[in-house]
Amino acid sequence: MKTESKLQKLLDSGHFAVTAEIGPPKHASAHGIRHHAQMLKDYVDATNITDCQTAIVRLSSIASAVHILDCGLEPIVQMTCRDRNRIAIQSDLLGAYSLGVRNLLCLSGDHQKFGNEPSAKNVYDIDSIQLIYLMRRMRDEKLFFSGEPIKEHEPRFFIGAVANPFADPFEFRVARLEKKVEAGAEFIQTQCIFDMERFERFMEMVRERGIHERVHILAGVTPLKSWRAAKYLQTSVSGMIVPDDIVERLKKADDPKREGIEICIEQIKHIRTIPGVHGVHIMAIAWEEVVPEIVERSGLYPRPKVE
Amino acid sequence: MRLQYSSNIRIIEMPCSGTIDHRVLLQAFEDGADGVFVAGCMEGDCHFQKGNYRAKKRVNAVKKLLDEIGLGGDRLEMYNLSAAMGPRFAEIANEMTERIRQLGPSPLRKNKAGTSRKEGDVA
Amino acid sequence: MIIAQQKPIKDIAAMIEDCKKVLLVGCAGCVTVCLSGGEKETEVLASSLRIMRRLQGNPLETVTITATRQCDPEYIEPLENLVKDVDAIISLACGVGVQYLAERFHDKWVVPAQNTMFVGGSRTHGVWEERCGLCGDCILHRTGGICPIIRCSKSILNGPCGGSQYGKCEISKDVDCAWQLIYDRMKALGKLDKLMEIQPPKDWSKSRDGGPRKAIREDVMIG
Repeated sequence: MKTESKLQKLLDSGHFAVTAEIGPPKHASAHGIRHHAQMLKDYVDATNITDCQTAIVRLSSIASAVHILDCGLEPIVQMTCRDRNRIAIQSDLLGAYSLGVRNLLCLSGDHQKFGNEPSAKNVYDIDSIQLIYLMRRMRDEKLFFSGEPIKEHEPRFFIGAVANPFADPFEFRVARLEKKVEAGAEFIQTQCIFDMERFERFMEMVRERGIHERVHILAGVTPLKSWRAAKYLQTSVSGMIVPDDIVERLKKADDPKREGIEICIEQIKHIRTIPGVHGVHIMAIAWEEVVPEIVERSGLYPRPKVE
Repeated sequence: MRLQYSSNIRIIEMPCSGTIDHRVLLQAFEDGADGVFVAGCMEGDCHFQKGNYRAKKRVNAVKKLLDEIGLGGDRLEMYNLSAAMGPRFAEIANEMTERIRQLGPSPLRKNKAGTSRKEGDVA
Repeated sequence: MIIAQQKPIKDIAAMIEDCKKVLLVGCAGCVTVCLSGGEKETEVLASSLRIMRRLQGNPLETVTITATRQCDPEYIEPLENLVKDVDAIISLACGVGVQYLAERFHDKWVVPAQNTMFVGGSRTHGVWEERCGLCGDCILHRTGGICPIIRCSKSILNGPCGGSQYGKCEISKDVDCAWQLIYDRMKALGKLDKLMEIQPPKDWSKSRDGGPRKAIREDVMIG
């Protein structure tokens, strides 16, 4: 076992993992995230902590992770390449490890244009694949990004990456996933899946290349609150595909929120039948409280215990 | 055919409206014109293919510039008419004169401090 | 070439509001080609400023000249006579020209009339596009002749990111995804395997991050 991550233990021992996502607040109180952590801790194996997602200034993901750990839930710290150069990334990740964080998710990050600081300078000193590679090397070869040796106490993260089967060029998406695995990614969380057919085609290509045997793939799902939310994702978020029938189903529903939960549960049940998928990642954006019900009704509760 | 049109108009002939240049238009205003209109050929009838379209784009650019610098783009306009349309010319001349009259004399004439241009030689 | 765009006239006027007489210096290099700071634009700006100031009852005297290039001392030298009796110099060159003028005429107030934007080329008449990020360590041989440093909004070296859809970048439907272009070209050239190599982190010390750069060719130095 390379790391002390509980998530890794679960995945490596063949369990179907469940992760969720907690978005830190736009203020300096941890009250909300602690509340969500308490609520989720028995229902998910670990939770992502987003890193100023959509480039909106929020409480830091590493600080949030410490609150979440304190509540007894395992955090997956997201680290984007948008805001930090290689000096800051290494420093922050050494700090995160020292505070007990064991899971790391490496991403490019949404462009600052979308956030509340559109005139900020972006960094992108390194990209997500380089970050994966350098953190893997830091752990396995005890080297800083520069190649300078780490004498002792190298951070030993369980390293994750993201994959978006809905972005283009579609035929290169699986190749790029493989590139991330080559770089050192050990688990993958996908973009929210609404177009199940396309995801199945993606997984087929993944299996053809045998990638599912080298990495744990967690399929991303998002419960939708309304047809407007679905329409927004469909039309305004690049790299998303939302089929019209989902929009229509929510539009026709008497209780759209209920319907959104039902759709999500159906999706998870379906995803569990797709060979090569090792878990599900539930991104209930600003709707964390529905996660326990979704997990329970998808037949994923109780969660397995590992030591 | 002799047509009556406002006598306050000074005509500057150019081989094609497409030779209109931002500088010529601005100079007219600097030299005291209250308004300027560019009379180009009918659209589609340019002997040089697109001269009048280009003129229109430049006139629009200078109108914007005149707004920016405070003189007002309304003092400049582009019209399209053919050489055979004498009555239309007279009509435009009177229309433009009326418009400028409403706007009043160019404020540059109130503050006329002589032209102060000098040109250096290119080294 | 260097692409520049003129600042709003009000901003330029504000920089010289205390001056009675100014010298406007155009540049016959890049900014003439990109139609923002050549002889014509210099005269248009001079005329505009004069009109503005006359309207304010505070006439401005202007002198205009267009130098062959403002980024070479030898073409700036002859301006000396014109500079003597003006209160300020407005440069219509890129940022290099402004600085060369300020360096040469160190007791004069030198102001920029342009925003220097990027290094690029003309797409069609009146449209210019950025093409080079001046990173100091060209990698175009690895990316099919398409620069991800400047054309990818995240300068990603192992793209495309998850925001690429229908050939466009996540930042705007008007911006091509550089990595889609790279993918298409590498595919057409039968070199997709090259995209599977993990591109290492870039050495940004060769870019502006290493401080102002200097290029020296000893063999052409005189003396």
